[in-house]
Amino acid sequence: MAVPKLEQLSKSVVQGPSLATGAIPTRDWMDIPVVFKEGNYAYPAKKDKVEYLNSQKGLHFPNARVWSPEDDDWKLPENWKEIILSGLKERLEKFRSLKIFMDCCVRCGACADKCHFFLGTGDPKNMPVLRAELLRSVYRNDFTLAGKIMGKMAGAREMTVGVLKEWFMYSYQCTECRRCSVFCPYGIDTAEVTMMLRELLHLVGIGINWILEPASNSNRTGNHMGLQPHTFKDNVDFLADDVENLTGIKINHTFNRKGAEVLFITPSADVFAEPGLYTAMGYLLMFEAIGLDYTWSTYASEGGNFGLFTNNETMKKLNAKMYAEAKRLGVKYIIGGECGHMWRVLHQYMDTMNGPADFLEVPVSPITGTVFNNAASTKMIHISEFTADLIKHGKLKLDKSRNSHVKATYHDSCNPARAMGLMDEPRFILDHVVDWVEMPENTIREQTFCCGSGTGLNTDEIMELRMRSGLPRANAVKYVQEKKGVNMLSCVCAIDRATLTSLMNYWNPDVRVCGVSELVGNALVIDGETRGDLEDGLRTML
Amino acid sequence: MPTLEHNGSSFQVDEDGFLLKGMEEFNQDWIDYVKGVEGISELTDEHNKVIDALQEYYKKNGIAPMVRILSKTTGFPLKRIYELFPSGPGKGACKMAGLPKPTGCV
Repeated sequence: MAVPKLEQLSKSVVQGPSLATGAIPTRDWMDIPVVFKEGNYAYPAKKDKVEYLNSQKGLHFPNARVWSPEDDDWKLPENWKEIILSGLKERLEKFRSLKIFMDCCVRCGACADKCHFFLGTGDPKNMPVLRAELLRSVYRNDFTLAGKIMGKMAGAREMTVGVLKEWFMYSYQCTECRRCSVFCPYGIDTAEVTMMLRELLHLVGIGINWILEPASNSNRTGNHMGLQPHTFKDNVDFLADDVENLTGIKINHTFNRKGAEVLFITPSADVFAEPGLYTAMGYLLMFEAIGLDYTWSTYASEGGNFGLFTNNETMKKLNAKMYAEAKRLGVKYIIGGECGHMWRVLHQYMDTMNGPADFLEVPVSPITGTVFNNAASTKMIHISEFTADLIKHGKLKLDKSRNSHVKATYHDSCNPARAMGLMDEPRFILDHVVDWVEMPENTIREQTFCCGSGTGLNTDEIMELRMRSGLPRANAVKYVQEKKGVNMLSCVCAIDRATLTSLMNYWNPDVRVCGVSELVGNALVIDGETRGDLEDGLRTML
Repeated sequence: MPTLEHNGSSFQVDEDGFLLKGMEEFNQDWIDYVKGVEGISELTDEHNKVIDALQEYYKKNGIAPMVRILSKTTGFPLKRIYELFPSGPGKGACKMAGLPKPTGCV
């Protein structure tokens, strides 16, 4: 579907009616059914992908079928309602957090205008409070005394096919970025509500292809892209050759090497698509510069985890390969690359899901001797922590002027910022490698605005929605573009590198997107290099 | 899933118009069909070179090549590939060659 022209869309966001109602709402939200049409939903998961996932040990993706959101009949299993309600019951018992989030919201509305999807669509059901209410209303009806007795008066409603369709619409118009949670006086994690909605929908065979295909690829080949071991190796080799051609530095990288000190894991998009591959070239160059004893893995060849966007079991299974590979290779610890949601999984869940990793050691930088006690339990550190520490100890020779073609700003990728508190390290790195400025303070750090396409919503068929929900971020970039001459949006997330590129092409065409490690690679001065004047850094075409 | 007919051949395609069964259903009619939707006026040896390179790579790797690898094996810079296939290497060339669309953080 064609995306509207910029002038049209920006006017519509500011002045137009909400996407849901088409006008100022005249009816109660419960009485407004969702309408699916081309462009407002992501394509359903292909039947063979769902069947494949369901056939895998430990995974549960029943009711695979061909269906379309636009059809009235979604071909739900006959006992779908029972499945949903018992699924909800099970989760209320299993996850204390869900029960609390269902009970404690006072509907104060502090979250309402903090959501990029609400800001971009004007759709009341995209207010985080109301998105949660889609589930909470059913919870009240079937699991609380007040709801059972007073029904609608107590904000309760029966689970119907219409409600189910509403769940599908709005759990896939949330990127689980958790900006709303920052402002919630109770600390309700609305991302977890979305996660539960998606989990419940999977029980009746409702999911989207852009998430389930990468998840099944990752289970099958080790990474979302579906790169088989020989292809993964070829791609990294290819990038290493490019680095050598550009800088004269021969890269001595290895794969699946037992006894290496460090296992390095990054999103597979970094070794497949632009502009992520320049970030990967940055990693290669920096590890070479310091002579790090590390290895890539063709088995644990994905940092990201689309399981996080489906259900707990898938997340756990896909994540398990990291520790399994670290153990097999006998490394001391793991360094992770620039990925966003990967760090929510690693920082908040990995240790309890697949740990304890008592066969690993607390990470120590072999170059500076710094002990990363913050990763004492997970045994995995972020590349930005590692790099910032090197810079702080003067172990990298950097020439900022090699980035003189760049005027950067920094987008805090949602999960590193809000789920692990990684905010100062990337900034410290940028200070040393490039001329850069901050975006307005209500759009950075823990208040960062999402790229608008995270949690597997980075698919082309919902491009208008993506451009709408990305507008708050794009708007902040536009501000520093116009006031400070910014021409590069740096970030530490692979989804960002792909989605912000589309977002910038649409809203701010002269701003490019890069990973922080690319800028490090550009600025690195290495003994024995023969690099000429690389006017576009590692992107220079020879 | 939609099925479409062209010059007597019928093809099953996904929502994005990619061949559902990939190279299994790929033939000259498919090339001719994509040529039309892509707005390519005449198919040249250069187009064929790109398609052959994509298919050969796919047979070995089960995935489309990195664009830079495609450029290297064909000798065409990215700009030339866009001239040949206006929708680009993914949506244009891969579609014509019967390859699936890559998914993930791309």
